[in-house]
Amino acid sequence: MRPLIIDVKDLEFRWQPGAPTVLSIDAFQVSAGECLFIKGPSGSGKSTLLSLLSGVTTAVAGSVRVMDQALEGLGSVQRDHFRADHIGYIFQMFNLIPYLSVVENVMLPCQFSTRRRANALRRGDGLEAEARRLLHHLDMDHADLHRRAVTTLSVGQQQRVAAARALMGAPELLIADEPTSSLDADRRESFIRLLFDECRGAGTTLIFVSHDASLEPLFDRSIDLAEINRAARVAEAA
Amino acid sequence: MAIFSLAWKSLINRRFTALLTVLSIALSVTLLVGVERLRTEARASFANTLSGTDLIVGARSGPVQLLLYSVFRIGDATNNFSWQSYRDIAAMPKVAWTVPISLGDSHRGFRVLGTTPGYFEHYRYARDRQLVIAEGQPFADLYDAVLGAEVAEKLGYRIGDPIVVAHGASDVSFARHDDKPFKVIGILARTGTPVDRTVHVSLEAIEAIHVDWQSGAPIRGLSISAEQARAMDLTPKAITAALVGLKSKIATFHVQRAVNDYAEEPLSAILPGVALSQLWDLIGIAENALLIVSVFVVVVGLIGMLTALLMSLNERRREMAILRSVGARPGHVFALIMGEAGVLTLLGALFGVGLLYLLLLVGQPIVESRFGLFIEIGVLSAHEWKLLATVVGAGFLVGVIPSYRAYRLSLADGLSVRV
Ligand SMILES: Nc1ncnc2c1ncn2[C@@H]1O[C@H](COP(=O)(O)OP(=O)(O)O)[C@@H](O)[C@H]1O
Ligand SMILES: [Mg+2]
Repeated sequence: MRPLIIDVKDLEFRWQPGAPTVLSIDAFQVSAGECLFIKGPSGSGKSTLLSLLSGVTTAVAGSVRVMDQALEGLGSVQRDHFRADHIGYIFQMFNLIPYLSVVENVMLPCQFSTRRRANALRRGDGLEAEARRLLHHLDMDHADLHRRAVTTLSVGQQQRVAAARALMGAPELLIADEPTSSLDADRRESFIRLLFDECRGAGTTLIFVSHDASLEPLFDRSIDLAEINRAARVAEAA
Repeated sequence: MAIFSLAWKSLINRRFTALLTVLSIALSVTLLVGVERLRTEARASFANTLSGTDLIVGARSGPVQLLLYSVFRIGDATNNFSWQSYRDIAAMPKVAWTVPISLGDSHRGFRVLGTTPGYFEHYRYARDRQLVIAEGQPFADLYDAVLGAEVAEKLGYRIGDPIVVAHGASDVSFARHDDKPFKVIGILARTGTPVDRTVHVSLEAIEAIHVDWQSGAPIRGLSISAEQARAMDLTPKAITAALVGLKSKIATFHVQRAVNDYAEEPLSAILPGVALSQLWDLIGIAENALLIVSVFVVVVGLIGMLTALLMSLNERRREMAILRSVGARPGHVFALIMGEAGVLTLLGALFGVGLLYLLLLVGQPIVESRFGLFIEIGVLSAHEWKLLATVVGAGFLVGVIPSYRAYRLSLADGLSVRV
């Protein structure tokens, strides 16, 4: 059996003290190298779970272990470092820094993590070459695209640049929060297949979140957040 | 370091607003440092309205009053003092030179000053600059007059023009010395000092035009022509003031005391530099007001930056979330906005100083010829550096406000921007 990359136990989370509990998860595990789909309707707490996994927020109770590191045991600065070193993140949209070029956007994680910088340099001849290699793999290799302002790219192109950035420097975990929700239906599958190719090639674990259950069959495994989240059942019952 | 390159690129991306902000800070810095430069230069130049003269001697009076009438031709002397006293002072062993001054008459609103050729030799202004005859020559004949630049310009006089001196400061027809007209023999170059507004004649000429006068009016029945007067003894009986140069500055207070204690007649000796700065303090309130105004302009410039940065924050929350997702700490977000504030202020200060020097280069000759104020275009003084440092420091301080707000926002938003 493959080692666990994520191991969540007895997790409780609410945004503010006194606010309703958003997440209450007894156990949730992901093995290294898996491509996992998490589904759930809007507002069910998917993004909240991802913030916890990436260490931007911390659990009220319970434990979140990522790569054998208990995140609640780290200070906020250490968690930010941990995220920079080990996690790539893709948002639903507006993933790119408007004042940076395509290539600069892709190289961004290397500015905050020496580890990913070293990884990227080990793979190719320079950060920029590595960024271009990733863009090429994601079908974004028109020389002209690299120089264009990122705001002039189509949404699909922007998402592929975001994917290249998330993969830059080979992080162990790639978290994608509804990355295809703003794409046309026929583009969704090709985008996901590109992600799969890259993740499998680099041995990266992918956690892919969406409210769109039609994508489910493409993945190794799928989880319905409502099934593991006791807080949702309480909310439903109420 | 990476975060500052981000700050820079972000500013370049918003170059239009950034440039406006830099411009408003730059203009305010130009104004502030410019006003400060003008202030110090004007003060220095004022303090040097009369330089090279160690003491001014007059009949006993307050130092500012003596200064006002002897240097600025404002007001009148309460008393003259005798030629004998003048001779005694000139004969003091520590005295190097003396120049007598006789005031009291005027020409069409400009004061007439009787003196010796030594005046043109010893009078110094604006850090040791000598009077220069722009046209013509110093007096040769008894009835020669040398005009200040402004007198010649305002009244349109050329060399050789005749002028008539009036008795007293007001120009009323019955009190004119029209029997003894003068001839313009020289015109001085502009100095920016009261010399420009003075008609200079010889001390003997002052005596000559008054030989047939007594108590401010012509003596009835007595009329001595200009030619007859030439033959008379024209040694003055009294003068208004004297400029005194000493062999050594160390003797200044010694000679001053000797003059103040002069037994034959009550006299006052003043140090022109000291009296000038006393006078400047009296009229210096305006310059302080100017400085305060320019400080406020800097404050307005910085508030402009604050507004621009604060307003940009809301639309940049997305950007902050992206930065957080790639591993930036809220501290990085703070540094990013701080970096932008820093770049804006530093560029503002830099451009401001650049603009100031440009203005100085262009304006220096104009200010010098118009106002006689010579502004030095040297490097920034220590005081100006301090002003700049204060502005930049204030800019950083102001930058803390949006930076802290961005920090709080990114902490609260995390990866999900909820507007
Ligand atoms: N930064 C935040 N601060 C406070 N409450 C939040 C924040 N983000 C999300 N929430 C709340 O948490 C709940 C779950 O939201 P979210 O995790 O975004 O759901 P999903 O991603 O499944 O649509 C919602 O009720 C939402 O209002
Ligand atoms: Mg969500």
